[in-house]
Amino acid sequence: MSGAGRAVLAGLALTLPFWLPNPYFLHVAIMAGIFGVLALSLNLLLGYTGQLSLGHAAFFGIGAYASALLTLRLEWSFWLALPAAVALAALAGWLIGRLALKLRGAYFVLVTISFAGVVALVSVNWMELTNGPLGLPGVPAPTLGPWSLRGKPAYYYLVLAAVLLASLVCRRLVHSRIGRAFVALRENEPLAESVGVDVTHYLVLAAVVSAAMAGLAGSLYAHYTRFVSPEVFLFSYTVTMVIMVVAGGKGTLAGPLVGALIFTVLPEALRAVVSWQWQMLAYGVLLILLVVFLPRGIVPAIAAWRVRQAP
Amino acid sequence: MAELLQHLVNGLVLGGTYALLGIGLTLIFGLMNVVNFAHGEFYTLGAYATFAALGLAGANFFAAVLAAIACGAVLGALCEQALLRPLRAESIDTTMLVMIGVWIAMQNAELLIWGGVAKSIPHPFPTAPLVLGPVSIAPLRAFVLVLAAGLIVMAYLAIHRTRLGTAMRATFQDRDTAALMGVRIHRMHTVTFAFGSGLAAAAGALLGPVFLAYPSMGDLASLKAFSVVILGGLGNLPGATLGGLLLGIAEELGAGYISSGYRDAVGFVIIILVLLLRPAGLFTKQERIG
Repeated sequence: MSGAGRAVLAGLALTLPFWLPNPYFLHVAIMAGIFGVLALSLNLLLGYTGQLSLGHAAFFGIGAYASALLTLRLEWSFWLALPAAVALAALAGWLIGRLALKLRGAYFVLVTISFAGVVALVSVNWMELTNGPLGLPGVPAPTLGPWSLRGKPAYYYLVLAAVLLASLVCRRLVHSRIGRAFVALRENEPLAESVGVDVTHYLVLAAVVSAAMAGLAGSLYAHYTRFVSPEVFLFSYTVTMVIMVVAGGKGTLAGPLVGALIFTVLPEALRAVVSWQWQMLAYGVLLILLVVFLPRGIVPAIAAWRVRQAP
Repeated sequence: MAELLQHLVNGLVLGGTYALLGIGLTLIFGLMNVVNFAHGEFYTLGAYATFAALGLAGANFFAAVLAAIACGAVLGALCEQALLRPLRAESIDTTMLVMIGVWIAMQNAELLIWGGVAKSIPHPFPTAPLVLGPVSIAPLRAFVLVLAAGLIVMAYLAIHRTRLGTAMRATFQDRDTAALMGVRIHRMHTVTFAFGSGLAAAAGALLGPVFLAYPSMGDLASLKAFSVVILGGLGNLPGATLGGLLLGIAEELGAGYISSGYRDAVGFVIIILVLLLRPAGLFTKQERIG
């Protein structure tokens, strides 16, 4: 994208609450931001290292529960609970990475699903800690000095900051030696290893950063909806992330954000027209069509089109 | 002791159907190399097809179970022809994403057709349990166990003792040589997928009346099928049978002696432990390649 286009986009994002003061639209924007962070997080694994995690909702849920429990039970400030939630999710990512990343492809996918399944069952059954299926109501809204960030415009800026932070982390990572190591592993693992890329080290690193980002999204979600229940582990969250990344373009920096925006706004726009079940059915069909007809995603397709248009 | 025996009997009933699921998936995943996350949806389809055949057509219970198996096999064949055949040259990850799409689409189609409320499937068996010494078993569960055992033996004979089964195994061992010997490769892919899907539908038709039919029942079934396949080793039919029985008994013991809330965690833990400690499966001698 050209510099001018980027500036216009940044300006629009920064001033959104002023020209779109409708709380419903702001809610959609906040959810798009939270899903944007999640999609960026999944993309780091799926897009750059080529490993699909179907347990990503676990890191999201761990972040949400950690943040909610720390603020509710120990009365920590949001600003302490957020990094703690991120750290805890990262720790879970490290554990799964250490354990599972000697496996590849389908086996890695199965371990991540199983991990998410176990964590979800714990959240339902460990009544003393998580309040089971009833969930944890009354998660406090963050405050900044004397101000509460309870209002939608304030929370929008908080989420926007998180999206910027996550994009920045991804950008720095991808454009560094580490990012090149990720891509080398995705493209040809034996070759990468033969030139000295430490496979396990880099895959675990990707899993840790990815899980930390998902934990960040989880914490932001918990303090936004102010209620956490085992639903945060729902598989449909993971499916939504996968569709956002595959549709937007895996292995690109802008793709996950474009995907997150489309697949948050589109269901809301379609809500009046078709029921939720039809939408999920359409998601399934859409995933099939995307894989068959647009395997690289929207952003790479647009980039290729622009290259063809250029004289 | 009587309690333990009772748990073992219940575990065998459950395990028999898990074995059906696992044999179906070991054909599709182990032989065809398709990571079929929609496998559990064929299981769900089996339960709902039984329900529909009983309700709409007023069919006999046994005919309804057969119709459900046929329904699963036909839809499996269609799925293979329409979606997997064009993607045969693609990587395993591509077909995996497609099958995740099929999973979501099928589950929500079932939700749209039959609604989210769990359906109870009527059956003609008396509810009074058969008491055999220290253990008792409901006649329906006994029927499930017998039919599952019958289907497992039939599947084994079909794959190891018939020309079709030989052609099937040849196709996935060495595609080119099999083609040179006159095996119709494409047809074998379709047949194998249909066979696996039919077995999943059979498991659903059998367990549906024991429990309830609901749209998301396939999610856990898929994962259990994967854990059975991983336990038994890829493409290993006796392994999948033993793995299924083992998983059923382990779940029943876990629910009985640890906590019923963690019943479904047993399968997850098995997946994680076996993949980490013995990735070739419990019943295989040689290492998995690739």
